[in-house]
Amino acid sequence: MREVAILGVGLNKKWGELWRMSGRDIFVEAALNAMDDANVDHIDSMYVGCMTSGLLIGQEHIGCLMADYLGSGPIPATRVESACASGGAAFRQGFIEVASGLNDFVLVGGIEKMTDTNDDEAIDALYAAEDVLYEAYQGVTLAGLYALMARVHMQKFGTTSLQMAHVAAKNHKHGAMNPVAMYPFVITAEDVLKSMLVADPLHMLDCAAATDGAAAVLLCPLETARKISKKPIVKVLGSGQGSSAIALHARKDMAVLDSVVKAAEAAYKMAGKTPEDIHLAEVHDSFTIAEIMALESLGLVEPGKGGPASESGMTALGGKIPVNTSGGLKSKGHPLGATGVAQVVEVALQLRGAAGARQVKNARVGLTQNLGGTGGSCVVHIFEAV
Amino acid sequence: MGGIIGYGAYIPRNRIKVEEIAKIWGADAPSLKRGLGLEEKAVALPDQDVTTMSVEAARKAIRRAGIDAKAIGSVYIGSESHPYSVKPTGSAVVEAVGGTQDTHSASFEFACKAGSEAMFACLCEVESGRIQYGLAIGADTAQGAPGDALEYSAAAGAAAFVFGKEKPIADVIETNTFMTDTPDFWRREFMRYPRHAGRFTGEPGYFKHTLGAARGIMAKAKMTPQDFTWALFHQPNGKFPLNAAKQLGFTREQIEVGRIVPKLGNVYSGSCMIGLTAILDVAKPADKILMVSYGSGAGSDGFIFAVTDRILEVQDKAAKTREMLDSNKFYLDYGTYAKYRDKILKAV
Repeated sequence: MREVAILGVGLNKKWGELWRMSGRDIFVEAALNAMDDANVDHIDSMYVGCMTSGLLIGQEHIGCLMADYLGSGPIPATRVESACASGGAAFRQGFIEVASGLNDFVLVGGIEKMTDTNDDEAIDALYAAEDVLYEAYQGVTLAGLYALMARVHMQKFGTTSLQMAHVAAKNHKHGAMNPVAMYPFVITAEDVLKSMLVADPLHMLDCAAATDGAAAVLLCPLETARKISKKPIVKVLGSGQGSSAIALHARKDMAVLDSVVKAAEAAYKMAGKTPEDIHLAEVHDSFTIAEIMALESLGLVEPGKGGPASESGMTALGGKIPVNTSGGLKSKGHPLGATGVAQVVEVALQLRGAAGARQVKNARVGLTQNLGGTGGSCVVHIFEAV
Repeated sequence: MGGIIGYGAYIPRNRIKVEEIAKIWGADAPSLKRGLGLEEKAVALPDQDVTTMSVEAARKAIRRAGIDAKAIGSVYIGSESHPYSVKPTGSAVVEAVGGTQDTHSASFEFACKAGSEAMFACLCEVESGRIQYGLAIGADTAQGAPGDALEYSAAAGAAAFVFGKEKPIADVIETNTFMTDTPDFWRREFMRYPRHAGRFTGEPGYFKHTLGAARGIMAKAKMTPQDFTWALFHQPNGKFPLNAAKQLGFTREQIEVGRIVPKLGNVYSGSCMIGLTAILDVAKPADKILMVSYGSGAGSDGFIFAVTDRILEVQDKAAKTREMLDSNKFYLDYGTYAKYRDKILKAV
């Protein structure tokens, strides 16, 4: 396998309710930003992470569509779908393609256009990330399932609503420093607890919002990057992907994300790193409890310590291991397919030392963790500044 | 120059509180009240509709105008709930208020700004000299689907204005409009309840058009927010007009008297017109009023009024809007409300 580097990264200018832009507009903006950042004018191949284009905008077949609108010529262009982990899974495919030697310049993008619809249709589309037969048909929303996971975690470890609220407050504090963020403002843990209950114990401000947004990264062989890159080089050290039972009831422990454990094991092994080596992480906080469980399943904290770690400031900027310096899904926004790619963008910026006000000092090794549904799939990547 | 020579409103006495609706749907009433800026809404009785409420409001307007209804040349009624799809509302209203067979009439529809379009049409006919008096009405028994966000706001009421050239109580010193094809809220034929595009009704719908018309008319009239005593905007909920006023630079004092929605609800085509009656109830000579309506689909009409000395003669000639809003109320439970609004039907 060849070593792989991130040559360029890009997001579209602002995430949010982008009613004046189509999905293809948003994607092309992010992709061109990544190509500009990489200073290349052609790509050999591309992957697009996206979950709901068929359900929400009636458009499938978006690999070639995005390649066409990007003007990249008749290159191989493939959509990758793994629910909310579509972006992370697409990134892994791009990594594998460059590592294999098949192509040199591979663009990995993620896109989701979620707000050109009404709330009910958006909720219906998100049901598709669940086990439709055994969960969605019973009427349990994703928030409902995460609420069940939160309840189990609370019973097993004594995790509190306040600890979960601190996750949202911390991520908003980070997101307030990110100009791309959909909700770039500070909230307090008290604000979270006072917000409307969505699915007890989760309040509205425990949940990430539907977002329009896109992200892109350009991958190439490390050797090529060393020759042509004018920016600090970020190497992909490890890649891991795991699955678990898609339905919550089929898991042996609802308070552990098995797919995260599996993906992390593989990524740490390939990278030759342990959780202690990680300087910062972008994790999948679609709901605050998801960040707490991710910290534990990644081994960044011991089982049951995710809540206290969030409350103590350990995961905040300036803490022992800053988590979601981008604002996370909660503050930056959660355009499903774009999320996993945007996590890579943030870690790459951090490892380049180019994250501005939210820069983690001396960050050399970073991790991304992107989760599908309630954890049926997970993709973890580890990066290093070289 | 034409102006308003008489005005009147009608608000049915039945109310339902946000809590009562929220209880049925398992919704969080405090969040809804905070989020929508609403407390309760007015509900029509089973034997009340846009025709009867239009008559009530029109009679007050004609009384304040001090004219013979036989001199009215046109009656235009804006509503989203005309009792008939095909058959004018105005024919019954004209006969009920004592008008003549020589009266022009039509039912207007432009979502929630159908009433202000009726005002514009009457003003133009009066100013052209084609008619002596025109009667413009905005009235609705607004539809909101059970459990939808609109169910907390959709309310009943009517406002009527007589336009004429002589003895105005408020001269119209400027008008404008601002329209684009923006489908944020709609109801097709045979649909019982309107559909809406959620948060899309806000920024690209309400705010773009309301602010666009407001800025346009102030530029046209070379006026600034400080030149107005009062301002009012369409009131789909309690928050939107406050936000619009803030963005334009109006103070809370300028808009609070006309902002009747927290206790009334959203009377669709009658919304800001009823608000205007509440302002005229307390206005003083020389006051300047900015009114900007909004109708989904989408557009806004702007009016600038200059209140005359005659306002003081007419204010007490009919029931005032705030009196109707704040007194003689009867609170319905959801079951009775559902029956009154034909949401449940008796088996036959």
